[in-house]
Amino acid sequence: MINQLGNYSLYIALLISIFVISKTSLSLRKSSITLSGNIFSLISVQSIMVIISFLTLIYAFVTSDFSNETVYNNSHTTKPLFYKISGTWGNHEGSLLLWLLVLTIFLFIFTVESKNLSQRYRTLTLFFQQIIIFGFLLFILFTSNPFSNLFPIPNEGTGLNPILQDPALAIHPPILYLGYVGTSIIFSSALAAIISGSINKSWASHIKKWVLVSWVFLSIGILLGSIWAYYELGWGGFWFWDPVENVSLMPWLCLTALLHTIFTLEKRDIFHSWAVILSITTFSLSMSGTFLVRSGILNSIHTFANDPSRGVFILCFLFILIFLSILIYFFYQKTIKENLTKPYLISKETAVLLNNLFMMFFLSVVLIGTVYPIFLEVINNEKISIGPPFYHKLLIPFLIPFLFFMAIGPNIKWINDKIGKINFTQVSIFIISIIVSYFFVKKYGVSYLLSLPLFILSIFLFFITIKDFFGKKVNISQKISHFGFSLLILSILLNGVLSKEFSSNMKVGDERKFLNKTIKFESIKVIKEQNYQSLIGEFNIKDENNSLSLKPELRIYDQPQTITSEADISSTIFSDNFLVFNVLKNDGFYNVRYQIKPFMIWIWISVILISFGGLISLKKKNV
Amino acid sequence: MYGKKVKLRILFISLLLVSVALSIYLILKSLEENVVYFLSPTEIRNLVEIENKKIRVGGMVKNNSIIIDSENVNFIITDFKNEINVNYSGPVPNLFEEGKGVVAEGFLKDQSFLIAEKILAKHDENYMPPEVAESLKDK
Repeated sequence: MINQLGNYSLYIALLISIFVISKTSLSLRKSSITLSGNIFSLISVQSIMVIISFLTLIYAFVTSDFSNETVYNNSHTTKPLFYKISGTWGNHEGSLLLWLLVLTIFLFIFTVESKNLSQRYRTLTLFFQQIIIFGFLLFILFTSNPFSNLFPIPNEGTGLNPILQDPALAIHPPILYLGYVGTSIIFSSALAAIISGSINKSWASHIKKWVLVSWVFLSIGILLGSIWAYYELGWGGFWFWDPVENVSLMPWLCLTALLHTIFTLEKRDIFHSWAVILSITTFSLSMSGTFLVRSGILNSIHTFANDPSRGVFILCFLFILIFLSILIYFFYQKTIKENLTKPYLISKETAVLLNNLFMMFFLSVVLIGTVYPIFLEVINNEKISIGPPFYHKLLIPFLIPFLFFMAIGPNIKWINDKIGKINFTQVSIFIISIIVSYFFVKKYGVSYLLSLPLFILSIFLFFITIKDFFGKKVNISQKISHFGFSLLILSILLNGVLSKEFSSNMKVGDERKFLNKTIKFESIKVIKEQNYQSLIGEFNIKDENNSLSLKPELRIYDQPQTITSEADISSTIFSDNFLVFNVLKNDGFYNVRYQIKPFMIWIWISVILISFGGLISLKKKNV
Repeated sequence: MYGKKVKLRILFISLLLVSVALSIYLILKSLEENVVYFLSPTEIRNLVEIENKKIRVGGMVKNNSIIIDSENVNFIITDFKNEINVNYSGPVPNLFEEGKGVVAEGFLKDQSFLIAEKILAKHDENYMPPEVAESLKDK
């Protein structure tokens, strides 16, 4: 019965949505608009309705109410409580409800925090946001209702895919969605501002907060997914250029470009149209991300559903939104008062523009790599896949100039600066970087043509960002983020070059030699856990000085019957030791993979630093 | 004839167009070089010539075909019409089993032998890669 409560509250939310849309569109005709308290309370009620229905779904999961089809398909009584709760969004229907939940809550926050802004702008933002909410409500209620009933009621559910039963992955979707959905506010508000003719400094300083919030959440969300892939998938990498990963990277790139543009708009009152275009693009990318992942076009563990009607719905909805926004952009473009003072070539403005150009290039590469296989399959039924070499080949050559400009860009002044004053410190840092990289590349015998310049510039950027902390008038948030980024590039590079891997098929008692180490498969033991059986292997890795014991795990779940392997990773600040094993047929052989991954932990730390910079920026009144 | 501003703008636009065209060319070119095609054992049998290019082969792991020693994993991929032998050494995914779907990526030695560099299988007991399902459909 309680199941129906969630269903009904969604219908109420839908009615409110229709009412608010018609009410606001009527009031927009009038020259002076006041956002009545009426509308505000309706929005509050709508958020409460969605919260209720979300709580209902959680309740159904926690109590294992198998009369609910979603629960039946994705839960099981023996599952630990934590995963019963996270199972709520570990499936198609629930994850959409989570999208909707964040949408309505964000709209509520927006209406509260924008109280002293122009009424017209607020009403318009609310209008566009309600259209998005309306679309999602329709989608949820008519193609993927999380509250469908099952009769007769089954005794037991089919269980959650065990690979999703993991703490990092339990919180990964909500965090990522906060980022995705944050872009919807940016989208609505950009459209509202363009119609009300208020794309200006004050709009920029208002929307900046939302850009920062989305950007921080998106970064952390991607990080969590990446960490999970590292220890759970057993490949020992953190980024595979999998379409589903790319889909989250694309809005991030776009949002990063927007972030820089918005700062410039706020400071210098330029790039008006560009900021609007980026806002629209970012949201379209977040939506298409949802579309690509949810429609089942991309095959991966993220694809929950393979029901074509769902894909078609999101595709149409996406198309309408993009079409609508392009239309609005063209009709109201005149209202944008572009500041046409003559730009100077050597200025921070140019540096920001360069950043944006590079971001757009990176974005196009990722976009084409992700979408091209889909097109090819639709057009002539050829099945292809595009692997890391494609991305590396296209991104790395452009990363080199990008790193260079990133190092010098932030030190250029606004408006106009002189090229003559290239300072002594920068040059000496550059020379030091060349020397350091030369010896490094020589020592480790890296033969790849581009690795030397890549090393030089990432070390250059690294030193410069450290040096910049000691300047006067330091913009601390930007420095932290930029330092984080330089650390990220450097650690990825070192990790890529210095990683070592060994794999073999071993029986208990076997010994293998690898580099100067001996790997011994000592024993295996079986432990019974709440909803799985665990096979724990004991390995000993010995070299002259120390010995390390690693205990990777194989989990055999009954519901659904699946095996997952949990790598055992021993992390130090310099290097990770990664060991994972798999069953190979039943004749005693286990497939063992041992990896040494240097600087792994710094990749995670640097992403945290990048996001932390964004957080600090959020706290400051004036950047 | 034209003002300085117009000239500048034309220069800017043509520069923009050239760089866009260049990057599209670059992208397409490296697409061509780095695309990995997916084939079924039957399609491989029907190949006219064998190129030295990375491919993916998908199908079912044939029953009783997995042979393991300390370095290698040998097995046969079948689409129930044709078969291909696969030699592989390296890490194997969890759900690599006889009678289950598999995708192997590597280079063809001849029409019945693949040296694999990577093996993919999905983490779901009922999962079958769409490509595999497709190539098994018309058996």
